[in-house]
Amino acid sequence: MAATAKDTAFKAESRNLSPQEIARDLIGTAIITLLLLIPIVFYRTVMNQGTLLLQTRLPLVLGLTAAVVVGRLLLHLFVWQRAPEAGRASTASATRTDWRETVGKWIGPAMLVAAIFLPWIVQFIPGWERRGLGIAIYIMSYIMLAWGLNIVVGLAGLLDLGYVAFYAVGAYTYALLTTVYMPLWFGEGIVPWTFYIVLPLAGLLAALWGVILGFPVLRLRGDYLAIVTLAFGEIIRLVLINWFWFTKGPQGINVPKATFFGLPFADEPGSFSDFFGIPYNRLHFFFFLYYVILGLALLTYAMTNRLRRLPIGRAWEALREDEIACRALGINTTSTKLTAFAIGAMFGGFSGSFFAARQGFVSPESFVYIESALILAIVVLGGLGSQLGIVFAAILIMGSFELFRELGFLQAILPEGVEPIQFRMLCVGLGMVLMMRFRPRGLVTRRDPTVYLKEKKAVSADLVSQGHG
Amino acid sequence: MSDILLRGTGVETFYGKIQALKGIDFEVRNGEIATLIGSNGAGKSTLMMTIFGSPRARSGKIEFDGHDITQLPTHDIARRGIAQSPEGRRIFPRMTVLENLQMGATVNKMAFFDEDVGQVYKLFPILEKRSMQRAGTLSGGEQQMLAIGRALMARPRLLLLDEPSLGLAPIIVKAIFEAIRELNASRGLSVFLVEQNAFHALRLAHRAYVMVNGRITMTGTGKELLAKPEVRAAYLEGGH
Repeated sequence: MAATAKDTAFKAESRNLSPQEIARDLIGTAIITLLLLIPIVFYRTVMNQGTLLLQTRLPLVLGLTAAVVVGRLLLHLFVWQRAPEAGRASTASATRTDWRETVGKWIGPAMLVAAIFLPWIVQFIPGWERRGLGIAIYIMSYIMLAWGLNIVVGLAGLLDLGYVAFYAVGAYTYALLTTVYMPLWFGEGIVPWTFYIVLPLAGLLAALWGVILGFPVLRLRGDYLAIVTLAFGEIIRLVLINWFWFTKGPQGINVPKATFFGLPFADEPGSFSDFFGIPYNRLHFFFFLYYVILGLALLTYAMTNRLRRLPIGRAWEALREDEIACRALGINTTSTKLTAFAIGAMFGGFSGSFFAARQGFVSPESFVYIESALILAIVVLGGLGSQLGIVFAAILIMGSFELFRELGFLQAILPEGVEPIQFRMLCVGLGMVLMMRFRPRGLVTRRDPTVYLKEKKAVSADLVSQGHG
Repeated sequence: MSDILLRGTGVETFYGKIQALKGIDFEVRNGEIATLIGSNGAGKSTLMMTIFGSPRARSGKIEFDGHDITQLPTHDIARRGIAQSPEGRRIFPRMTVLENLQMGATVNKMAFFDEDVGQVYKLFPILEKRSMQRAGTLSGGEQQMLAIGRALMARPRLLLLDEPSLGLAPIIVKAIFEAIRELNASRGLSVFLVEQNAFHALRLAHRAYVMVNGRITMTGTGKELLAKPEVRAAYLEGGH
């Protein structure tokens, strides 16, 4: 602790630059900015009657450079130019911890209550009745996926880049069983009920695939494991594309949407609204979907939390820390890894099945690598192993994606042909870079111990910064 | 039940083509402290790991309590009643001290958890103060105590200790060896201790082996070896 306090004090001191030093820094900034901007911004290719012309944009480059230099100057003058305050760090961190303790205790229940009433809250925002619900369902399904992946990556420490494969298995299980096999085996009458029958089956099947992936990669760790899981994800997708008679390949499969225990959501006799004697409203289906995915997500949350306190969950965490020590303590690392893969995959299967029932259509398009990367990004940004952090990260990443759709008004100031939505991945990347700089362990680094002796006390990573990264 | 708890005969271990153990014979009797001393790279830790089945011996035989354990997987060996405080401690840094101890109790399914935690805290009182702290934040000596405590949680019949004094201050080393002696004297726990710190280890040991280049070169009681001029010259120079 003493060393880090000294460190920050030293940094603060060194920021107290003289005007000459600031000038030198600004010149350096300008040079670097120009060097970066010349290849990226300076030249522009224009198609002109079949020929490619090169256009230069000097004013833009100079303008951007000026903006960067002025921005840095402002930072020098108002942000970085501070006298070092001795002892500030230690007292601040002490009070901050107290503040965090109280917030930490209430934030989970508060968010749960908010999540339960969210569909009604959005009804009061004009123009967002349907869209707000849609986004909530969308974000919630990513929260669930990330919670599932968190078991594999966050708890067991097995870097899985092919998680979307299990999502695909779940979705195709629902699609194929609902459209082809269940009617074939049990008659058409079963179709309205298939969601409830197939959901557990999809989970089981995905878990089976988790084990199938798990076996060959038992001896791999870290980057090697990441490559194999990445390949696995791609293999599943390519099989879905090419196994035409079974999966209909890239055409995809239209599937019936989920029903309310056999009652379809439609404006017809025998439907949900008809049965309960209420006027038909398209929103009913969205309310239903929201509560289904909320229930599934909470199931994932509760099960993970429970498992963490059981021997198997503790074994996962120990496995993440040190595999050799685990074996020496009598833990069967083979079965530990396989259960982590299987249970993580199972939740992926659940949400895949939900995805198909929500979308009414599945195709291999939906299960590309970028989905795995996004889910992993949510887990990492949230803080490996932190379930609360994942909620924040999912809202941040998926919410910002949706936000970019709302930024149409920015069109006015952007050059023609550039839509704000194209910047969304750029912003996620920027967010990740900022995270690495300011919160390298993710948004929430708090980890609740699974066993207490006398008094309850959380262990904050900020208090104990020297541990293993 | 035989008097011999652990016996190795002609144990040979290879890393690829390199032979690390060249036919080792050793034994640990019930209720005694056996020690294995030797310099860096002699193969001491390899022998520890070979007893635990990782890597497995290519030839020879290791018996624990009369049963052949040479080909068993590591976790099965642990479940038979051998616990290990591995080289470099290998505690779980992001888990709390108490959670680390919990992991040690895996083999007996936490049946005696509260009682055993009490025992470990009695042996190493500092761990009780640290019990809710992340293990990675402990000092080296505390981590070593935790590694030994974690091994004890399994209620082992044989405790393997791989260089418990590594990188620790002399006063901590003394405390650790005192704890080992105490465990052996009061509970009759059999200990197989691998050490570079020959002076401390030999003073403690009922039976001692000296290993050079993958071979056992000398055997005797701790006191006998301590008195031998060649041992003194090779391992006790500079005085500990």
